[in-house]
This record gives sequence, structure tokens and C-alpha cells, in this order.
Amino acid sequence: MDRLKTFLRHPTGMIGLLILGAVVALAVLAPTLFPDDPWDMVGAPFQPPGSEGLPLGSDMLGRNVAAGIAYGARVSLTIGVASTLAALFIGVTIGAIAGYFGGKVDDLMMRITELFQTIPGFVLAILLVATIGPTLTNVIISIGAVSWPPLARLTRAEFLRLRGREFVQAAVCQGQAPLMVVLRHILPNAVSPIIVTGSLTIATAILIESALSFLGLGDPNMMSWGLMIGASRTVIRQAWWMSVFPGVAILLTVLAINLVGEGLNDTLNPRIARKVRTA
Amino acid sequence: MRALALSVTGNRGVAIALAIVQWVARFIAVVLVIATFNFVLVHAAPGDPAQVMAGQSGAADEHMLAQLRAEYGLDKPYPVQLAIYLKRIVTLDLGYSYRQQRPVLSLIAERLPATLLLTCSAFLLSLGAGVLLGTLAGVRAGKWSDTALTIVSLLLYAMPVFWLGLMLVLLFSVKLDWLPAFGYVSIGVPMTPIEHVLDIAAHMVLPVTSLGAVLMAIYARLMRSAIIDVAHQDFIKTARAKGLRRGQIIVRHMLRNAVLPVVTVAGMQAGTLVGGSVVIETVFAWPGLGRLTFDSVMQRDYPLMLGIFLVMSVIVILLNFLTDTIYRMVDPRVSLRAAS
Repeated sequence: MDRLKTFLRHPTGMIGLLILGAVVALAVLAPTLFPDDPWDMVGAPFQPPGSEGLPLGSDMLGRNVAAGIAYGARVSLTIGVASTLAALFIGVTIGAIAGYFGGKVDDLMMRITELFQTIPGFVLAILLVATIGPTLTNVIISIGAVSWPPLARLTRAEFLRLRGREFVQAAVCQGQAPLMVVLRHILPNAVSPIIVTGSLTIATAILIESALSFLGLGDPNMMSWGLMIGASRTVIRQAWWMSVFPGVAILLTVLAINLVGEGLNDTLNPRIARKVRTA
Repeated sequence: MRALALSVTGNRGVAIALAIVQWVARFIAVVLVIATFNFVLVHAAPGDPAQVMAGQSGAADEHMLAQLRAEYGLDKPYPVQLAIYLKRIVTLDLGYSYRQQRPVLSLIAERLPATLLLTCSAFLLSLGAGVLLGTLAGVRAGKWSDTALTIVSLLLYAMPVFWLGLMLVLLFSVKLDWLPAFGYVSIGVPMTPIEHVLDIAAHMVLPVTSLGAVLMAIYARLMRSAIIDVAHQDFIKTARAKGLRRGQIIVRHMLRNAVLPVVTVAGMQAGTLVGGSVVIETVFAWPGLGRLTFDSVMQRDYPLMLGIFLVMSVIVILLNFLTDTIYRMVDPRVSLRAAS
């Protein structure tokens, strides 16, 4: 409860939470606010913002930009959260194994992690999506597959720190299985920095998703912000609104998540505040 | 590593040689792993590997597929196939793009200079501007200029690079008409050599700025907190007590120490830079590897895609090496001279 109160008093964290709440509401209410399919033509093409029934204008096929943004929020949030969960699964598993067993296992795991940090992650994500096909699930898997290294390093560091503590040693001496020790004793104590880095991973994942769909590698059946910007690129001289508004949506969403992440960081890890980003 | 060098001969040359050997070993390891990964990817792609490499349409001629199978040993067991593939990579044979009817290596070599120009400029710009702005903000911590930097950084962190690029085009090319919106040089305009260089520079402003801006924000914030940390240390107090001027303290004592974490992170961000070049080159029609990546992915031109991935990873390792070298030159504690 104290932590909740601290967070509620964190000014930028609260601003972030409010913006994020608005984006989530937009995503949830999209079908109510815009009952028409976002792919449908609802007016004349290239209508500027503020035209009849088109608060943010229409695109080259007369589709409602505002509706596209509302439905795009669903895709961005879904992919951001789901690919972060995938990255958490890979990263925490690798980091936990490295930190718990140490020695040669640790060396091997960390070499693999370093390798993944060396190769250009976005290019790898492009190759993966191009190979396994641009469906929602495949995009999530691909982003997860390139986002885990910071989480693995963080988990490893936390595990190394906790591994030698008395309560962990006590559990080991009692003969508890390694998996039990990890799940019952170490992980619960390492969870807050992982939550903070995880929340920032959601923001990065949304940015990667937008870049993939900008290049035309998103799920072609889903309206997404990156796709809208990609489609408007060639008509930027005639219709600025088509590329400006979806970008503002990405900016606000990612900014909100980063602010919430920093708020969580200051609340959950007061001592190592503001160092997580570079971990 | 350095300790080892000391114990062997205590000679500086040996220390440097060992550093290079270690780096080369890492380089080879990364290249081999990426090549193996590429190999797996071709086999993971739907369809027969020979067809995958030949491209999904147009090139499915039986004679050519048979030739490809023989060349890559595709009827042999996987380990043999992998060995054949790795041998080709090591001898710099990246295969043939059946789409473009040209060897992959020559396609890449043609595009490489433009990408190196773009990424290296963005790298140096972001590092230089980040260190400068971060230092200014750090010594003025709490003042309005410091707050302004924090807000701008937060906004840049949250911006997709391709969108920043488009917004800069909208402002500086469409509205103000100051800078060219795309391309590398103006086509069909007679120019003297100096005009030519200025023309390329004008074309570089927007792509380099959009690619480097986010990294600049990251370095600036890191630099700011490092400067604030350093400012409270004893050797700074000593420097003040000696009566050194403020400018001297900042440049000689604070900057050299505070810049180290920035250099480390800059090395780690090299991959981001190369990845960003794909979208930035697409936005600005920049004739480099990033744009070639986009084209090859759209056409599912596997030999080209995989070749580019390998070369881009090599660029990242080279940038890492560059930052390592900068680190060694800047770090007041870890000096190779100490070994002699």
C-alpha cells in the first residue's frame, strides 16, 4: 500500500498512467466509438482534419484516420505486452539459469546473450518475420526473440546477488529442488527490477512493431499505426495529417509507458533509481 | 587480459597484440554464429532450400535448382551442408542473387559506402552532441536548460525514428523548402567538385539527424548523470582547492571520467544504429544497405537478405571495436602505457 501511495505521488508517473489509461480506453472502446470497419471507405479521399465526421481527416482511400488510430491502439498494445511476455519468458529463464548455476553455465549463457546484443536486433526481427510470415503471432515471437537480452542480464545479476544470501542457502541445505528454490525464494525477491525493465521493454516492443509495419511487415489484416504512416509516406506533400496523427499516437503511448516505468522504478527500487535504462 | 600481458613480458606491444587477437577471435565467433543462423533460417523458410535461395518466382527452373543443390550439397546431411556453407562464407562467397542476377557481394559492396557514410556520421554526431549537451546540462543541473534537455530526451526516446524523419521532411523540405527530402545527390545538375560535396552534405542533414537524434538523447542523459556523480568526488574538490579554473576542471577532470559510461553504452547501441538505418534509408531513399534490405525482404531474395544481415553484423562489431579503442584512449585509469 505504501508503494502504491508513493507511486500516486510520483508526478510524471501519474501523467504517464493517465495517458496510458486513455490509450487503453481508446483500444477497448474502438468498436463502440467507430462501429464501421477501419478499412472501409467512409468519405471522400484526402479530406483534411475537421471535415464532416472525420476529426482527423481521411486517407487516400477515404478511410477514417481516427478509426485507424483507435484500432491501431489495439494492435500496438497487444503486441507490446505479448512480445514483452515472450521476452520475459526467454530472458528470465536464461538469466535465472546463468545466475543460479554460475561457473561454466553462466559463461555460456552470457556469451549467447552478448552475441544477441551484438547483432542488429531489428534486422534480425525483419528476417524472422519475412521467413515465418507476417501474422500477429509471428510478429510477437520475432519481437520477443530480439528483446530478451537486457532482461536476461538483469535477472542474472539479481540471481547472483541473491544466490549467496542465507535464506537461499537455507532452502538449498533443506534439500529443496533447484526449481523450487528459484521459484519460491529467489524470483520473488528479484521481481521488482524485472517489472521495471519489463515495462520499458513494452515501450521498445511497440516501437519495433511500428517500424516493422511501416516497412510492410506487420500483419496485413490488422490496422496499425506503423502501417498507416508507411502508407502515407508517398503522399506526405498532399496530406500531412495521415502521417502526423498515427505518429503522435505512437509517441504518446511510448512516452506514457516510459513515464510509468520510471515511476515504478522510483517506487520499487528507490536505491538503484534511474540506472535501469542502461542495464 | 591486461594482467596477462603484464605477467608475460610487461611489454606494451604484447598487450596490444593480445587485445587484437581477442578481438579477432570474437569477430570470427560472431561471423560463424550468424552464418549458422542464416543456414538455419533458409531451412526454416517454407519450401525446398534450393527454391528458397532461387527466389519464390521466376527462377524455378529445374536445371538451375539442380545446379544449386549440387553447389550447396543440399542432398547431403545437414552438418556437411553447414560446413559447405561456412566454407563459402569464409572465402567471402556470399552467394548469388537470382532476383538481381548479380553476386551478393558486389551488390553489397556497391551500397556499403552510402550506409557507412550515414551510420558513421550519425554515430559521431550523436556521440559528440550527446556528450556536449549532457555536460552542459550536468554542470547546470536543476536549471531550466537542464529541464529542457530532460523533456526533449523523453520525447525523442518515445519517437519512432522513421516518423521523426518524416516530420523533419515535412518541416524542412515541404514547408520551408530548405533541404532536399530524399536521395543522395541531385540528379541532372552540372556541379563543380566542391558543389558536389556540398550537395551530398545537404542531402545528409535530415537522414543523419533523424538517425542520430535518439542516440544523442540517450548519451546526453547518461553524460548528465555521470557529470553529476563525478562532480561530488574528492579529486574534483582537490582540483578546485588547487585553484583551477572552472572550465579546466570540467574539461580536464570531469569530462574524461564521466564520458566512460557513455562510450560503453555507445558501443552497445551500435546495433540500434544499423537497424535504424533500414527504416531511415527507406524514408529518405538513401542508396545504402538499409534500402537494399527493404528491397530484398520485399522480394524474399534470401541470398541477398542473409548476406546483408552478415555484413551489418560485421559493421556492428567494427563499431564496437571503434568504441573499445576510444574507451582505451580516453580512460585515465586503464592506460596501456601502464604496462611498460
